[in-house]
Amino acid sequence: MIQGVQIDFLSAERLDRLTMMEKIRLILDDVRAGTIVVLEKGLLPEEQSKLIELTMMEIKPDGFSGIELETYPAKSGNEGIGGFFSRLVGKKPESRLTVIGPANQIKTLKKNQDLISAWVSSR
Amino acid sequence: MNFLVRAKQRVSKFLNAFFRKKRSKIGIYGPPNAGKTTLANRIVRDWTGDAVGPVSEIPHETRRARRKTDITITGANGSSVIIDIVDTPGVTTKIDYNEFLEYGLEKEEAIKRAREATEGVAEAMHWLRDDIDGVIYMLDATQDPFMQVNIMMIGIIESRKLPVIIVANKIDLPDAAPQRIRSAFPQHPVIPISGLEGSNVEELYEKMTDMFG
Repeated sequence: MIQGVQIDFLSAERLDRLTMMEKIRLILDDVRAGTIVVLEKGLLPEEQSKLIELTMMEIKPDGFSGIELETYPAKSGNEGIGGFFSRLVGKKPESRLTVIGPANQIKTLKKNQDLISAWVSSR
Repeated sequence: MNFLVRAKQRVSKFLNAFFRKKRSKIGIYGPPNAGKTTLANRIVRDWTGDAVGPVSEIPHETRRARRKTDITITGANGSSVIIDIVDTPGVTTKIDYNEFLEYGLEKEEAIKRAREATEGVAEAMHWLRDDIDGVIYMLDATQDPFMQVNIMMIGIIESRKLPVIIVANKIDLPDAAPQRIRSAFPQHPVIPISGLEGSNVEELYEKMTDMFG
């Protein structure tokens, strides 16, 4: 069999159908199995907080050592006239494309406002 | 020095008696080795003469959130705030015990440290969701502030609508660039300090009375 790494791309629509725990469970199960997960739309802050907490609870010596997660910085939407109306109606910053993988297989090489460059190894 | 500490305590108690305020739980958060415990020790030592916990160059020295209660901080303008300081373990998304072996720990000790560190990070996240009224977010001013964990943590703190002061620590080191931290988080006050040497902590105390009072 050809050696390689599985990458799952999850659409915003699919993510919207999942509850917070379903989303986190899906991500962690995939990542623990060595899959790289790409989310079209990033996680909410509360989901990120829970993801960190659950990741910590699943780390095992010589096994799963955690996750590497990268996302583009959120667009605050607070600039200009549109930003004024966003603030007026309390619109939240927009979350953006997010890449999550096993910490021992993915390493971020470079990241800025509009580029995430990552190196991925097979197990 | 003891005279100064005692004088501060007397002034704090005097002001506290006249202007009693509600007590806030202030969490010191940040990535591992940013200097959280060094700052917690300095705050507690400056205002109570006590200490919070040991510091070390090995990451994850603090593996349980430690709380010191009833600290009254008075700014140069005379306003004061009563806080509980919660020193938390460094937040990260990955912990590998092999990292600790590089610091000369035995395998068994490294595994134990890693396990305690994972529990500590989970506990710190739990505190942030349920038990914290304000945050001091510590960053090592010699490191890249755009690390994902910092972006995530600031986002989580903002979503909880908690007041936050970002501390650019280690300005005593030649590579320190607090301006980089200001550029990364322009929406929050950034106070450059050296927790180790105590430089500019008075400005931090002033800002704490403003933000957490």
